[in-house]
Amino acid sequence: MFFTYLRRELGNRKKQSIIIAMGMALAIALVIIVNGVSAGVKSAQSTALSSVYGVGTDITVTKTATAGGAGAGGQQFAFGSGDSASGSSSSKTKLSQSTLQLAMGTSSLKESSLATVEAVEGVKAATATLSLTNSSFSGSIGAAPSSGGTSGSGTTGKAPTTGSGTDSSSSTSTGTGPSSFSVDSFTVTGISTTDTSVGPMSATTLDSGRYLKASDDGTKNVVLDSTYATTEKKTVGDTLTIGGKKFIVVGIVSSSSSSSATASDTYIPLDTAQSLADLDGKVTDISVSADSASDVTSIQTAIEKALPSATVSTEADLASSISGSLSTVSNLVSNLGKWLSLIVLAAAFAIAVLFTVSGVSRRTREFGTLKAIGWSNGRIVRQVAGESVVNGLIGGAIGAAVGVAGIIIVNVIAPTLSTAAAASTSGPGAGGPGGASTASTTTDIALQIPLTAGIILIAAGLAVLGGLLAGAFGGWRASRLRPAEALRSVA
Amino acid sequence: MTTTIPTPLATTTGGPDAAFTLTGVTKTYRQKKRTVEALRGVDLVIPRGQLVAVQGPTGGGKSTLLQMLGALDRPTSGSVKLGAQELATASDGALARARATEIGFVFQGFNLIPTLSAAENVETAFADSSLPRDARRTRVAAALESVGLAERAEHLPSELSGGQQQRVAIARALVKEPRVLLADEPTGALDEVTRDEIMTLLEGVWRERGLTLVIVTHDSAVARRAERRLYIKAGQVSER
Repeated sequence: MFFTYLRRELGNRKKQSIIIAMGMALAIALVIIVNGVSAGVKSAQSTALSSVYGVGTDITVTKTATAGGAGAGGQQFAFGSGDSASGSSSSKTKLSQSTLQLAMGTSSLKESSLATVEAVEGVKAATATLSLTNSSFSGSIGAAPSSGGTSGSGTTGKAPTTGSGTDSSSSTSTGTGPSSFSVDSFTVTGISTTDTSVGPMSATTLDSGRYLKASDDGTKNVVLDSTYATTEKKTVGDTLTIGGKKFIVVGIVSSSSSSSATASDTYIPLDTAQSLADLDGKVTDISVSADSASDVTSIQTAIEKALPSATVSTEADLASSISGSLSTVSNLVSNLGKWLSLIVLAAAFAIAVLFTVSGVSRRTREFGTLKAIGWSNGRIVRQVAGESVVNGLIGGAIGAAVGVAGIIIVNVIAPTLSTAAAASTSGPGAGGPGGASTASTTTDIALQIPLTAGIILIAAGLAVLGGLLAGAFGGWRASRLRPAEALRSVA
Repeated sequence: MTTTIPTPLATTTGGPDAAFTLTGVTKTYRQKKRTVEALRGVDLVIPRGQLVAVQGPTGGGKSTLLQMLGALDRPTSGSVKLGAQELATASDGALARARATEIGFVFQGFNLIPTLSAAENVETAFADSSLPRDARRTRVAAALESVGLAERAEHLPSELSGGQQQRVAIARALVKEPRVLLADEPTGALDEVTRDEIMTLLEGVWRERGLTLVIVTHDSAVARRAERRLYIKAGQVSER
């Protein structure tokens, strides 16, 4: 009887049922799409971050650079009499120098901090890296003209391809002849050769050669990012000069995320990096993965307590370092999308409630009669609520179908979002020519919305909730009808 | 303000044979800012198995009296007993149970559910759904058969004439085999021929089943067919 009556009533009030179902469908579809896009954006942010920090990094520990501190200034070249300077027959002085220094905007931590972090409860794995910039200067300075003019002639310089530097070469007071020089820089990251489950290597795939291994410690072996290797035309077995030393390329890697570069141009053993940069016992970043996502906040607090001078960032903090269209979409989804879906959902629920209550009012005679022939309040409330829930479920099913279709359309179109994620956060005083961030990774990520069972559960849950809410109001209204008054009012 | 019925007959005192015993029943309503006394100290006994007609002018209290008898409302003061059960102080649930098992209603406007077929309308009378489905269907079919509508079981109310709709309403009232049948102007919306058919039907089931039948009517032709005629005016009941 329950289902027969329910089916007939919904069929008889098609217009009202369709309006309620459509309202619910619209709201649920919107919620599904907004939730889906939000999950897709989160996934894209995670991809962007993993290209910098590695997969599974929940927390990073860095030290904010201070003004005038190591790494806070630009690259400097100082030439003395013994610094690769040589005269030539054409009266030009040739100069070349290569330096390996802390990446700009970064500061170093003691390597022993890694042990401190690993000792924190809830830490699953941690690894330390040393972010450096290799800058090389090469060129020639012409001899002073014989006339001994006092004003120097111009020099031609070539801007560094990445990073920044301060050109310390200048004309002398006595003037120089025609000169030319170039400054080149690339990023070098010293990594652990043993633990690659977290950190930069965890977000890479091997294109050729091999990864660094424990036996590489102390050696001059290097792994290159594929983009850098292509630019520099390097392959496995070639050599590359880092910090004035020749390194052998043993492997080439690329980011595991589509069309994005890794955080660094080159990767060398940590101890080699420390030795070359004269930073023994120093690191710049510690990447941490937690046992459980719920532990992240407590681990962050514990590390901040153990290392008060360090900057401890969670993935959520790191997400704020992402800029570009991904950031715009993220803001749009979290602000406009969330509020729009909430407003539409509230409107749909309100429509369902109003129509249900108004339907009960129109059926006063019907419910009065049913009460007169012995129906209990509970049975009438169940009947009204049942009709509302079924109405909501129909809306939920339509909404889920529309929402899933929307997600599929977005996934087929796969709009590309560009991101720029800063590898090292910089604080006040980390200035200097070229800006504060040193390893900014620009990534184009195709937005893909995950299609999960959770989406269907959200739709079903909202549909049932909306139906129950409308049914509760309608049922409450029906239960308040006194049979005598109900029959009298229609009479 | 209590009115004592002048000719109480042998039924003025309640007892095991009384279907209804009303003592000092008063019902007042608030209508806008004034109070309306629909029943004024009514004392009345209706024996089991009696066919009673209630007449009176519009607004005299006929429908209010029927609502008291039908456990649809409680009196403002006084006592209403259905057999031995006190209805004046019963809970909503107890009143609903009494309506579900003891009392059948027939309304002037038939009050059928427009979206349900004749058989489904009759089936709504089974407020307690614990009765097996097959048993319910059998009793519904028998009830429709008893009012001569077995072949119209699947028709919607809109596909039936007024007389047929009232027959369905009577079948709905009878299917749960109540002890009391209350009819509020059951022929008020029908022509004379159909009215006589319906009255013949009601008299038939009253005789066959030994029901207590109370009919509220404006129609003297209907009232004359009753064993006992009551007249209610300004909330006071008298015998005719």
